Amino acid sequence: MLSATALEKRFGAVRALAGLDLTINPGEFFALLGGSGSGKSTLLRVLAGFEAPDAGTLTLDGQDLLPVPPWARPINMMFQSYALFPHMSVGDNIAYGLKRAGVAAEERRNRIMAALDLVGLQGMEARRPQQLSGGQKQRVALARSLVMRPRVLLLDEPMAALDAGLRERTGLELRALQRKTGAAFIMVTHDQQEALALADRIAVLDAGRVAQIGPPQEVYARPATRFVARFLGAANVLEGRMQDGVFESAEVGGVIASGLPADTIAIALRAEQIRLTSADEAPRITGILEDAAFRGDDWLTIIRLPGGASLRVVHDTAPPAQGSLVGLLWEAGAVVPLFA
Amino acid sequence: MKPGGFVRAMMLAGFLFLWLPILLLMGFAFSADRIPFQWGGFSLRWFGVLAANERLLEAAWLSLCIAAASATLAVLAGGGIAVALARFGPFRGRAIFGALAGAPLVLPEVVIGLSLLLLFVALEGLIGWPAGRGALTILLAHAGFGAAYVAVVVQARLAEAENSLEEAAMDLGATPLVAFRTITLPLIAPALVAGWLLAFTLSLDDVVIASFVSGPAGTTLPIALFSMLRLGLTPEVNALGALVVLVLGSMLALALWLLGRRQG
Amino acid sequence: MSRAILLAPFWVWLLTLVAAPVLILVLMAFATPAEGVPPFTLGLRFAAFAMLVEDFYYAEALLAALRLAATTAGLCLLIAYPMALGMAGLRPGWRLPLLALLMLPFWTGFLLRIGAWIGLLRDEGLVNHLLRGFGITDAPLALLYTEGAMLAGMVHAYLPFAVLPIFTALIRLDPALLEAAADLGARPARVFFSITLPLTLPAAAAGFLLVFIPAAGEFVIPELLGPPEAQVIGRVLWQEFFQNRDWPLAAALALVLLALLILPIRWFQRLGASA
Repeated sequence: MLSATALEKRFGAVRALAGLDLTINPGEFFALLGGSGSGKSTLLRVLAGFEAPDAGTLTLDGQDLLPVPPWARPINMMFQSYALFPHMSVGDNIAYGLKRAGVAAEERRNRIMAALDLVGLQGMEARRPQQLSGGQKQRVALARSLVMRPRVLLLDEPMAALDAGLRERTGLELRALQRKTGAAFIMVTHDQQEALALADRIAVLDAGRVAQIGPPQEVYARPATRFVARFLGAANVLEGRMQDGVFESAEVGGVIASGLPADTIAIALRAEQIRLTSADEAPRITGILEDAAFRGDDWLTIIRLPGGASLRVVHDTAPPAQGSLVGLLWEAGAVVPLFA
Repeated sequence: MKPGGFVRAMMLAGFLFLWLPILLLMGFAFSADRIPFQWGGFSLRWFGVLAANERLLEAAWLSLCIAAASATLAVLAGGGIAVALARFGPFRGRAIFGALAGAPLVLPEVVIGLSLLLLFVALEGLIGWPAGRGALTILLAHAGFGAAYVAVVVQARLAEAENSLEEAAMDLGATPLVAFRTITLPLIAPALVAGWLLAFTLSLDDVVIASFVSGPAGTTLPIALFSMLRLGLTPEVNALGALVVLVLGSMLALALWLLGRRQG
Repeated sequence: MSRAILLAPFWVWLLTLVAAPVLILVLMAFATPAEGVPPFTLGLRFAAFAMLVEDFYYAEALLAALRLAATTAGLCLLIAYPMALGMAGLRPGWRLPLLALLMLPFWTGFLLRIGAWIGLLRDEGLVNHLLRGFGITDAPLALLYTEGAMLAGMVHAYLPFAVLPIFTALIRLDPALLEAAADLGARPARVFFSITLPLTLPAAAAGFLLVFIPAAGEFVIPELLGPPEAQVIGRVLWQEFFQNRDWPLAAALALVLLALLILPIRWFQRLGASA
């Protein structure tokens, strides 16, 4: 439906978008995940129409979107700061877009009421933005955009300004809203938990291009690059190469994988997929327990391998003492070969 | 941190230093004595003398008209300059634009006065307008430096209002012009009014620039006052002072109240 | 681009009313004075600048102006800082009224305030009247038309400008910094000198410049309150223009004054940018 190809955007010497390709399907909850400088905010602004790319194409249902100014695009945006108009009431804020579209007063009233209902702010139409809490402001911003019935709703770090406790619940409410309205939501976030929990598909952005795109479970289980492996879930990444059918790695100091494709240049191993055992129970490799931290649900341990690399390993009970020799075990399928 | 005794005393002394001469000026306006700043019993006669002083009244009226007109012009120019600087993002020549916008704030009055006069002389020589110097040239000169002050006030207001508001408006279907009319303008309205009052007061108060760019028929109140003060002092000045403090004081109070209200 | 069209009228405004005058000023400095109206002919004449360099009178005028400006700014700072401290230390509800009280004198009419000083300091003025009334003096003291009177008028006129930036900086100061210092063992005086003062120094500099820069070109106060010998540059420029009708010389003086003030102005703008 919404398709971007080879988007390029420079700001001075900084290349914010470096040949970015993306396709959004109708009605999907899409997450753009990346750190600062990854280009995610720039991409959002290009989609909304506030930035024009230096090169590349952007189409909606096959129609070229680039020459269309922001006020004419069937795309609406929820700003990170909410951008509620301070000199208008909640009701007038929500009415703003409808007035611009020439919707008659009667229908306007109905749609505003419906929008307030949708976000759970019934009866608040006379309040002013200054009188609202952070969560309420966010709902007004949502209502203001959704009342326009956009095909695509862009959300710029929607949960960033909320307290941690509110974030999870708000995130689920957001997804429920998306299902209900049927619009495609494109959410920009730096919070991988959010992205994994809410999205139908994720795109991980790195330095202005898409490092990997796909459903959350897939991207998480089979990261395509070192960057994605580290960014999503902080997987252990070990450098090396295939030699005579086994994965040779100086920093490991032993053999820990075999039968991987010949052009594997690193492997990813998730902390929660490695098991700690005693050193003599036929482990795949042994190491020294360097450090351990209690996390409530489990323990995070740091194991130093013979070659010098440190692995993050999650253990569900109190681990052995610091300095002990431990063994590491994992399923064969837990090793993910990386080619980039 | 609560201020100590010394600091408190200095603060009071400072305010006293600022206000005592003014209060005395106002107080002696009600003195019957013809020697200024001498008490000769309560009297309102000097207000009467003031009211009968045709020259001063004419000058005052001229000053008020010029102040109102130049303030209005200053708001139109300064407001636009401020919006351009605060909302337009980078554009060609922005640095020079900003420097020119702020220049009247830091240039000495004699320099501004002289250079503007030369401008008017040059313009008259080149295109025949403005023809001679008088109220019109004073008006233009005052609008010129008034705009710089308005620009500062409006820019400050725009700086504290987030600039994604106009983008949000455009995202919701407003063209830039509509966004300006429905979002930006209401937002800066208090600053525009405060700017108008500021430009009005500055115009009403100016003697140096007006003296340079004025002509035989353009005697403003400050120019007339200046001549009077050069020669000596009469209690009419006290009466004038009392009136001005009351009028300008209420205008300033209005401006501050407006700005303070929008702060919420 | 429609941006350019929107900006055009404002460019015209700024170029006509700000840029062009300064350029014409430069032209005028090289012109030749003449009889008639207007009293000059354009050309390339260096005599005006030569006069500035040769005749010590003008250099002295510049120095006198700078000295007056510096003294005024210095005195203003001395009074302004404690005032700002006092104002900043009060409850926030007091701030707006106090600011109004501070700025109102500025708006009561510059000339009227000078008139007040004249009324106070002249031979038949209030001060002398009180002195004689209390038997302290017999003959009136010459208070008016002195350096002192001029300085009093200058400080009175410019004081609010010195207070404002310092006051703003003080209320923006993070109270946690002061508490941290106290927590680390510093007494109130020490906290002031090691934390408050250094952090508000840029604001104090801004206040100094906010007074110094316009005061350097001051004409009215020296003319109305100062002695005839107080020939500051503002006064000299006025006289050259209005009395001697030497427009090129006045223009040259204006340019020199501008040149002298460029450094303080740049400094001031840099202070403003970093604030």
